[in-house]
Amino acid sequence: MTLQEPTPEGRFGEFGGRFVPETLIPAVLELEEAFREAWADPTFRTELDALLADYAGRPSPMTECHNLSEDLGCRLLLKREDLNHTGSHKINNVLGQALLAQRMGKTRLLAETGAGQHGVATATVAALLGMECCVYMGEIDVKRQELNVFRMRLLGAEVRTAVSGSRTLKDAVNEAMRNWVATVTDSHYCLGSVNGPHPYPWMVRTFHEVLGLEARHQSEALLGGPPDVVVACVGGGSNAIGIFSGFADAETELVGVEPAGGAAVGRGVPGVVHGMDSYLMQDEFGQVLEAESISAGLDYPGVGPEHSHLASIGRARYEAVTDDEVVEAFQMLSRSEGIIPALESAHALAWVSRERDSLVGKSVLVNLSGRGDKDVAQMMDILA
Amino acid sequence: MSAAAGDGGTRVVGPVEAVLRARRDGGGKCLVVYVTGGLGDDWLDTARAVADAGADAIEIGIPFSDPVMDGPTIQTANDLALDGGATPVTILDALRGADVGVPLAVMTYYNIAYRMGLERFASSLASAGVAGCILPDLPLEEAGPWLDVAAQVGVEPILLAAPTAPDERLPRICASTRGFVYGVGLLGVTGVRAELAASAVEIASRLKRITDVPVLVGVGIGTPDQAVEASRHGDGVVVGSAVVQRMVDRVGPEGVAGLVAEFRTALDAR
Repeated sequence: MTLQEPTPEGRFGEFGGRFVPETLIPAVLELEEAFREAWADPTFRTELDALLADYAGRPSPMTECHNLSEDLGCRLLLKREDLNHTGSHKINNVLGQALLAQRMGKTRLLAETGAGQHGVATATVAALLGMECCVYMGEIDVKRQELNVFRMRLLGAEVRTAVSGSRTLKDAVNEAMRNWVATVTDSHYCLGSVNGPHPYPWMVRTFHEVLGLEARHQSEALLGGPPDVVVACVGGGSNAIGIFSGFADAETELVGVEPAGGAAVGRGVPGVVHGMDSYLMQDEFGQVLEAESISAGLDYPGVGPEHSHLASIGRARYEAVTDDEVVEAFQMLSRSEGIIPALESAHALAWVSRERDSLVGKSVLVNLSGRGDKDVAQMMDILA
Repeated sequence: MSAAAGDGGTRVVGPVEAVLRARRDGGGKCLVVYVTGGLGDDWLDTARAVADAGADAIEIGIPFSDPVMDGPTIQTANDLALDGGATPVTILDALRGADVGVPLAVMTYYNIAYRMGLERFASSLASAGVAGCILPDLPLEEAGPWLDVAAQVGVEPILLAAPTAPDERLPRICASTRGFVYGVGLLGVTGVRAELAASAVEIASRLKRITDVPVLVGVGIGTPDQAVEASRHGDGVVVGSAVVQRMVDRVGPEGVAGLVAEFRTALDAR
């Protein structure tokens, strides 16, 4: 199979949809139409491709980890999204959405952020395109990702602290949606993952397909074909869906790695929050549970609806790793390969490390979705 | 239940709509008041006092962890109720057999209904004596299954109409709503504002032109003066945050009812 366009109602199988207040319906319908039209327009695609190449630095390389491969017994490859401008895959989606927002006549970008990577990417592109930018970030994340908060402000964005609920990514999304309800006339909500109401899960995936496509070509060159296993961390799931998109039609095993404290697929049941029907960590009454993860970017009780679909049809599987395993993997890659991964991406590596026995002799591609500079201060405390 | 003509044929009129039509047809303006379920030990007494003070119907809020249409006041009330152990079950159990004196509707978010199962949720409302239900994150595009279940069980699904809706959308909303059509007064979340938004008047007028269903405006109606102004163009108002703030301030049922009486007096005196 290849990854499909959702139904006209925005469904991937039974998941997805458009569960937003009436106020936002015209905006999501307009966005869908504008995206379809832009994506079919060679001028838009050329402009986006030029920015991806000349501004973001695409294509990102694929690195073979010779040292770790020897330690682990598999052939380990990394798709180096950490080397993109702003340090993660997030820039792919933001460039696409910001160009689209401009095309729609919007002057302000609104975003939520967990670890700050999406916020930094949005602030960056807003600066480039001369747009106003407002980023919501949970109070807990503002503290643990101080550096990214400063970065966003330096780039000219307004960072607003979300003090409601669990004060992490979930609540940053709530606050961004509340603000969008009030500012929908001139603001575009630049959602950072493959979650939210239709068309976001599909549109954001489409903007990230570039990384999957590159990875497919690069593995052809390096391995002579697709790898046996593709592994990516999953919070909302944007980097994972990006890399899965390149291998969904191959016989490659697709593995999404969730934090044990935020395992929506692993521990959730279908629910509706943030505009979508998807696996959700919730109590027996439907109250959303607070996720708890060392990684601000994965600290999210839900997951993008296409991942719920891929899990339900068995095309991808979703595993969980603990914070301790992640801390180990963070150090492992740093020492073995001289690459400091984002704590988010370290989840994928942690799974590979734990499952090494079953991966012996296999080719394993990990999407290194981001670099770890932002996490260094937090790790100093943890390792002290 | 009775039947009313208009909006493309005979429609079933439930208790909420019957009482609002009666108020309107008698020349009055409708007042629906929101009370957060499970907030404090006396929320049910508050609901009764609010009814006595002149509310035509009451919305009972069932708290949800992620209320994206609500501003700080109702969020705070939600959190307090949840911290106090409120669940959909405890709230509906409390309502069962409690004669509040006016028709009730619950206001909650779709996941509460979805998690319980739509049929079970609708039946729970009916057996608790709740006539209507408002789900602010369930737009027309996703409302089909809920509208079917509500019709089968006899619950009035009250739909919202937003200022951003194009003209072609409003008749579809009015055709499917029961009880009343909830005109969203402004671009934004619930909460008291210093001024009545121009959009409140506009949405009321747009809805009145196309429907015979009672048109109430809510979101941003914080003072009796704003209620009077918004009602000039529609059939009445929904008052939420202003009342809930008093509940959060623990002024007691009579203190909350005092504010509701001010709204009632102002609407009657206009």
